Amino acid sequence: MFGKEAVKLITELDMHEDIRPFNEQVMRQVFEEMQTLYEANLVDSNAIQNEGNNALLPSVHFRHTALLRNKRCVLAYLYHRIRRLRQMRWELGSILPTEITANLLNAEMQWFQNYNKSLATYMRSIGDDHGLNLTVNMNPPKTLYVEVKCLSDFGKLELDDGEVITLKKNTYHLLPRTTCEPLIRQGILEHHNT
Amino acid sequence: MEESLEDSLLDDGDGVGELTAQTALQEIENAWMNERFAPEILPHQSDLVDCMLQQIAHMEKNIKRLDKKDLRALVHRMELDRIKYVISSYLRARLEKIERYTIHILSEEANRSPEEAYLTPGELRFAKEYLANLETFFKTVALQHMPPNFQRFEANKFIIKPNLQAHVFLRANQRIPGIVLPGMLNEEIDFEEGSQHIIQYSAVAHLVKSGVVQLI
Repeated sequence: MFGKEAVKLITELDMHEDIRPFNEQVMRQVFEEMQTLYEANLVDSNAIQNEGNNALLPSVHFRHTALLRNKRCVLAYLYHRIRRLRQMRWELGSILPTEITANLLNAEMQWFQNYNKSLATYMRSIGDDHGLNLTVNMNPPKTLYVEVKCLSDFGKLELDDGEVITLKKNTYHLLPRTTCEPLIRQGILEHHNT
Repeated sequence: MEESLEDSLLDDGDGVGELTAQTALQEIENAWMNERFAPEILPHQSDLVDCMLQQIAHMEKNIKRLDKKDLRALVHRMELDRIKYVISSYLRARLEKIERYTIHILSEEANRSPEEAYLTPGELRFAKEYLANLETFFKTVALQHMPPNFQRFEANKFIIKPNLQAHVFLRANQRIPGIVLPGMLNEEIDFEEGSQHIIQYSAVAHLVKSGVVQLI
């Protein structure tokens, strides 16, 4: 069945919400299938032109549709992977954890870097002087300070007012919300509800 | 109490242009709600955003002068956080639309003159870079490995358009007669001032953009 391999890519997206290792093997099989289909079509369409053998038309049509479908599935696979990557940029910041980068192609890393660059340029262009960081203030603020528990030894953290505190594992702090928001998303601090 | 504090805090500004700080805040909140609820991207409000950012910088300076433990400083800072959230959320909503509907938005934007542009120069640049980045990525990973006829990046096949038939909630800011309901022949309705409705976005898109209705 043509297009069967390509559908595997889509199923993979559907089954796993995270970014899986890039499926190069299936991808290569899809390219091979496309090549085969393409060559078969070339032969048949030559036959149609030279010998007027119109009986071949339906199969040429069919292969062409299979080719388009393969292309579409491959691009959908790529597109959804980078959409997930984009989501991570907003959640984790511009540096990705190694568990993720290990699953990426070089080209995907390149895409990510370019996206970072465009986003940074855009955020700098907002307003007149300093720009505006859109990746903080993600949720409507309820309180100025939040109570947080520190999950790993982070070290020194400088607050907006210049005060420096040390974040050690299993300590509790009352910190300005804007300061700890990125740290909470990176899993260094945990929101502690009393 | 909060209202009046906010007034006094904001009024410290020099009142940029005809906009007073109070109305600017109200307008950015309206723009934010419209942008969040409208399926398509709306004309940009960069004047408002710039004005609010100036106000914020100004307010931050004022707050620094207050004692840290002063109750007023706390309340003011809270208010500032809220305003910053509104502005960030508004700009984020636009950016998300730009990423999702890149090709559609860019092609519409190409038909508009600079005065009626929907995107700010910064957003336009971002949209173009985003599309170019996507194209390069598709080409390196996949398209160049495909048979000769299938290597093109066919932008017209990747267009994602916003669903203008989506329904929205709105409130009319003034009386608006004669709104044509889509899909019905010769059927018109009138909005009374302050009345609320659920209606297909496409029927009221122009009213949202001119500001006579407010999405809620």
